[in-house]
Amino acid sequence: MTATVDRHYQHQTIHPLHATLLASTIPLFLGALLSDIAYFNTFQIQWSNFASWLLAGGLVFNGLAILCAIIGVFRAGAQRGKYVLYLILLIATWILGFINALQHAKDAWAIMPTGLVLSVIVTLLACAATWVGLTNLRSGAAE
Amino acid sequence: MKYSKTLSLSLLTLMLGACGGEQQESANLHGPDPELPEPQRGLLPSMEIAEPEQWGDKRPIVPDGFTVTAIATELQIPRQTLVLPNGDILVAEGRGGNAPKLKPKDVIAGYIKAKGNTSVESGNRLTLLRDSNGDGTYEEQGVFADNLNAPYGLAFYDGNLYVANQDALVRFDYEEGQTQASGPPEKIVDLPSEINHHWTKAMTISPDGRFLYVGIGSNSNITERGMEAEVDRAMVWQINTETGAYKPYATGLRNPTALAIKPGTDQLWAAVNERDELGPDLVPDYLTSVQEGGFYGWPYSYWGQNVDPRVRPQDPDKVAETITPDYSLGSHVAALGLDFSSEVMGAEFSEGAFIGEHGSWNREDPVGYKVIFVPFSDGRPSGEPVDFVTGFRDEDGTTRGRPVGVTVDPRGALIVADDLSNTVWRVAAQ
Repeated sequence: MTATVDRHYQHQTIHPLHATLLASTIPLFLGALLSDIAYFNTFQIQWSNFASWLLAGGLVFNGLAILCAIIGVFRAGAQRGKYVLYLILLIATWILGFINALQHAKDAWAIMPTGLVLSVIVTLLACAATWVGLTNLRSGAAE
Repeated sequence: MKYSKTLSLSLLTLMLGACGGEQQESANLHGPDPELPEPQRGLLPSMEIAEPEQWGDKRPIVPDGFTVTAIATELQIPRQTLVLPNGDILVAEGRGGNAPKLKPKDVIAGYIKAKGNTSVESGNRLTLLRDSNGDGTYEEQGVFADNLNAPYGLAFYDGNLYVANQDALVRFDYEEGQTQASGPPEKIVDLPSEINHHWTKAMTISPDGRFLYVGIGSNSNITERGMEAEVDRAMVWQINTETGAYKPYATGLRNPTALAIKPGTDQLWAAVNERDELGPDLVPDYLTSVQEGGFYGWPYSYWGQNVDPRVRPQDPDKVAETITPDYSLGSHVAALGLDFSSEVMGAEFSEGAFIGEHGSWNREDPVGYKVIFVPFSDGRPSGEPVDFVTGFRDEDGTTRGRPVGVTVDPRGALIVADDLSNTVWRVAAQ
């Protein structure tokens, strides 16, 4: 019985490591967004420093999730279509996230308002990628 | 060094023309009324880092009628020099600053910029050079004082040798002919040193020896370390030599890297390095007379009332009272040396100021890397600057030296400190 549940579970999701990397992008990018909002409202520069590092962290996890996803595409079989959509979402998140990181490398208020807008878009994209990744795909390793 | 070149090129390529590819040497970058283009900044800042190379048989290029010799080599980062009454030369050596890296950008930019500088350890000392027989060869070289903390500004008056460390103003007793300090210095006053993003403490002394003027640079490019970090920064202090009492003499000077009193007057002049990341032709570094109580714009505005949009909250009142500087030296040249000339430098260079330009690191088409002469008439800068010492950097980026302090030796020479090759050059009138 237990074995059946496990098997069922594995069939529903990507590999736990892959899932962890993927899900990590949301708090990091969301944290950057919230920090941007705080800087926008207070002019307190420390918030923009937080945003810069959270973005950098988000890009690292996002990048690792892309690696997992590329491997997954090749092992996806019949699910390849969904996997490609997932991969495209991840890559779009990363590219916009990288542009946002460069925007955040500007000094003081030069970050704004573009940085805040980009943070909103990147956070939404990360949520979309995670949604697709966690609900529609199953782990190639389980087959 | 190849790597940095490749890296900077790829960074530039990535900019996708965001920074406007071609650079024409625009007609009017120098002087009292420079052209100020619209601010611009691509996603990546331009970085073009010097590629250090040995001098070998090469020498800096000087005008006809002058000779150039290296009077001291293998120093530990020479910055500013002082000619003592007996002709001995003191050289302040060191590297300061302890600014923490706040953003991923600081880590990356710090790594790239370090490639264009010397890797020698900070000397934290004063070296004394002596030419006993006046033949232009400085045969004696010894340590006058050590265990200092990134000394930079030097001044002398009547038996008192003043040294501006990066964290304190100190004083040595000096007797003519002395080659070594008689003991550790006496501290006159602490100088602002927290973070020390811009650490150099430039200094000069009033003709009557009563006041020292010390330049204290800002703690950021443009407030990106927060306004709290800018208390007592971006200003020139006037310090009483007897009591150590000080007051801000002029403010809003982003990084006053060299100070000098024009001989025959009581007027203080400053070479000031302006802000980055507004484009290749913004913001001009400048030479200006410094008015007591004057505000010169940083951080709220540049070159008079041009508001810098990167500063929040803004301050329209401060912008309204901003004084426009006297003379643009061009953007990003990094003017670090200033001294006034005299008739010993020959008729052509007798009236004006020499400026040591360390050279740009964030401009696609590098500028600076030379010593210029700004001619004066009627006590004011007038006319285009003239190249005085060049040959520090080749077209391909190969860089043998970077000028810092310049000092006119009354015996008829310009002393130039070079902190890349760790050399002191003497440019003598024949």
